Amino acid sequence: MDFANFGVVSFTKQAKVAPFVDYLDQGKVMATECKQCGKKYFPPRADCPYCLSSEMEWVEIKSKGKLLTFTTVNYGPSGFEDVAPYSLGIVEFPEGVRVLAKIRKKVDVGDIKIGMELRVVPVVLSEDRFAYGLEP
Amino acid sequence: MKEEVAVIGVGQTAFTRNCGVSIRELCFEAYREAVEGLDLSPKDIDALIIASAPEYDKQRTPAALISEYLGLTPSPAFYVESVCSAGTTGVRVAYSMIKAGVHDIIVMIGFQKMSELSSRDAAEVMGRGDDTMFSSPFGTTMPAGHALYAQAYLHKYGATEEQLAKVRVKNSHYGALNPKANYKKVLSLEEIMNSDVICSPLKKFDCCANADGASCVILASAAKAKKYTSKPVWVLGVGAATAELNWSVRGSNTSFLATREAAKTAYEMAGLGPEDINVAEVHDCFTISEILAYEDLGFAKPGEGPKLVEDKATYHDGKIPVNVDGGLLSKGHPIGATGGSQVRTIVKQLRGEAGETQVAGAKVGLAQNVGGVGTYPNVIIFGR
Ligand SMILES: [Zn+2]
Repeated sequence: MDFANFGVVSFTKQAKVAPFVDYLDQGKVMATECKQCGKKYFPPRADCPYCLSSEMEWVEIKSKGKLLTFTTVNYGPSGFEDVAPYSLGIVEFPEGVRVLAKIRKKVDVGDIKIGMELRVVPVVLSEDRFAYGLEP
Repeated sequence: MKEEVAVIGVGQTAFTRNCGVSIRELCFEAYREAVEGLDLSPKDIDALIIASAPEYDKQRTPAALISEYLGLTPSPAFYVESVCSAGTTGVRVAYSMIKAGVHDIIVMIGFQKMSELSSRDAAEVMGRGDDTMFSSPFGTTMPAGHALYAQAYLHKYGATEEQLAKVRVKNSHYGALNPKANYKKVLSLEEIMNSDVICSPLKKFDCCANADGASCVILASAAKAKKYTSKPVWVLGVGAATAELNWSVRGSNTSFLATREAAKTAYEMAGLGPEDINVAEVHDCFTISEILAYEDLGFAKPGEGPKLVEDKATYHDGKIPVNVDGGLLSKGHPIGATGGSQVRTIVKQLRGEAGETQVAGAKVGLAQNVGGVGTYPNVIIFGR
């Protein structure tokens, strides 16, 4: 798949990290890890700016992480008018990466608390559209 | 006082919801106010810098168009962009070129005509100001980005939404006194607290509004400054920094670290510290942004920003007056025009021309102008 299959609204067609979307289809949310220096990246990167290497390994984010902050958006931008309200959060994972995504509606808005444990999971938007989301 | 590069003229249009004129006419109004009384003719102007966010205009490459309209050809004209801080990026570039001896007198004009786009199209443009691969697809917005900082800040320091609202109480008080401000209504704490939640915990009145407007800053070398004005305002320090565009990879959710970097550079260049600042303009696109600015600029320790506004220390007769022109919150925020408007306020304060909001005896002023969600801060220190 190419990167256009990612997200409710997509602005990018081609990317070296497009296999990220295939992994979502397989039920996995992946970060990348530089084979030379071991640094982990999310959003996934194809290139490491520190060693200028493009040798990356895909690594799955499996653990639960802690919610660092969140907001509930009552007025969405173009393409999101009808889905608002929705909540966005940033979660820090023990794998050493942080993820910004929607907090899935499995959590009531009133129950979202900084410090709560969330995992990141693939979200199937339609047959060939994928995203990832945060849920308990 | 370091006398190398000075501001010799400042001007701005009124900031409005719909200016009803073309961008060249809008820029002319700001330019005319800045040159009035200077005895400066177009041939004396060595270069023109234009600052705005280009996505709002159908006109591609407006620099030459505005140069033509102001009669400044064939002096070089060019464009700078750093979203909401484009204006001070223009001032920084002008400062650098003058200090390097390339030019003696440079006109910087920042403008934005946001009413050119429908609100739907404007929202689409704004959405693309985040990482379009990994943030925008989730429906991120400018208010959402700042709300993520606000939520983390309130949680970390036990601050309250009322404390954020008190920033707007102050800025609405001063907006009512600024004839150029779009929003002139004085707001009570209750009105702010009861306004619609946009992105929790930020409410409608915690947010600035889009506007049309233009601003102009004229900078000159020391020799030329003294020739054209008896009240030069000297640029003492300029600092800039850039944060990661994607909020999730940044080092803090409760401070704009890039503002701290930019401030450090500006203070060091000026040989001054936060305690030396008599009056400041900070980028209050949201109430939380002003609180973070107090702390990131060193006016308050981390977590103690809210106390500054609660104690009225940031009112015009307080210890460190901030945004006593109404700020972005009450003036409105025509992206490219905002930085020049902030500089104009500081320059008028230092010249003693600020009327009923004059900070008594102000000698040193600071402007902090930030593009995006803490992404492109500029900090500039001025003195007389
Ligand atoms: Zn590496």
